[in-house]
Amino acid sequence: MANLHWLANPGRFLRIANAVLPYLGALTAALLAWGFFAGLSAPHDATQGAPAKIMYVHVPSAIMSMAIFGAMAVASAVALIWKHPLADIAAKASAVIGAGFTATTLLSGSLWGRPTWGTFWVWDARLTSELILFFIYLGYIAIWQAIEDPNRAARAAAILCLAGSVNLPIIHYSVEWWNTLHQPAGLLQGRTDSSMAVPLLTLLAGFFSFYVTMLLWRMEREVVGRKIRQLRLLRAQA
Amino acid sequence: MTRKRQRMIFVVSGLAALGAATALVMFALSDNITFFRTPTEVVGGDVPPNNRNFRIGGLVESGSVVRHGADTIHFLVTDTRSSVKVTYTGLLPNLFKEGQGVVAEGRMGPDGVFVANQILAKHDETYMPKEVIDALKAEGQWKGQ
Repeated sequence: MANLHWLANPGRFLRIANAVLPYLGALTAALLAWGFFAGLSAPHDATQGAPAKIMYVHVPSAIMSMAIFGAMAVASAVALIWKHPLADIAAKASAVIGAGFTATTLLSGSLWGRPTWGTFWVWDARLTSELILFFIYLGYIAIWQAIEDPNRAARAAAILCLAGSVNLPIIHYSVEWWNTLHQPAGLLQGRTDSSMAVPLLTLLAGFFSFYVTMLLWRMEREVVGRKIRQLRLLRAQA
Repeated sequence: MTRKRQRMIFVVSGLAALGAATALVMFALSDNITFFRTPTEVVGGDVPPNNRNFRIGGLVESGSVVRHGADTIHFLVTDTRSSVKVTYTGLLPNLFKEGQGVVAEGRMGPDGVFVANQILAKHDETYMPKEVIDALKAEGQWKGQ
């Protein structure tokens, strides 16, 4: 916790974020370029053929859509319990990125489902719970938009986020608990040949790096935006 | 007890209560959440009342596919313990073949044959290039179809 407290100073956070952002941006671009090139030049899957290439977008997006919500839930708990000044900012700044990954997951999955399963959409447990995750993201973003006072908005949003995190194990285990059309996860079980797993893991690293880059950039904007808001309030009172 | 500790207990117990409630609801609704029934369940009489539509899923039994005319097909869906005969008229997904996963939606006919109005292909989580599968087969290491 000592490190967290040291970073709790928003001024110090801004200085560090500004210093690392260019490097993170470059790392993201390199990982994404390398990953997409490797994915496109990887061999076709024997059963599914070319449509299985969609997994290079779908699988990392799906993992990130859940990982980001998990991170938001941890940040929300820290904000509620320890009142860490950057925690609710981190959760708020994550939401739009996570919602984007969730939308990408649903759309790419739909495009993958048509040529392989024979349908764009079914109401099986995996697809439905991921769609619910998307709606929870939208609700979370809506709370921040609807409540003007950041302290009150943070509280309401954190409670929604913690309640919504119950959905995460449901998404993950849906393919094991119930019969679904969606196949179970096979990335790290040795069922994916290394010629496809390596590009996939590279892209996962790239998507993660993209998230951290966007998160720091959006947190910077939020910290500065709150400073401006406070200065305006002070001037209005003077 | 400090305020922080109070808030932590509140958050943790709230999450635990919500998680337990959700688990109970999910458990109670299991029958509705499940996307398809297995042939063993169907043979054992687990079909919806009033001859309603339902889905049956499993593997297309090897050697069971019989085609009648241009687009009518008969095959067996199996979970290796039991099999159910399915008949279907219409377009099949590209992945449909013997030994592959399949989900058929429709209802039970009076003769015990499942009349499907939609066939979906189900695939597993194995992703291998053809060359690797051929190499594994040559070494006798391949465990799939």
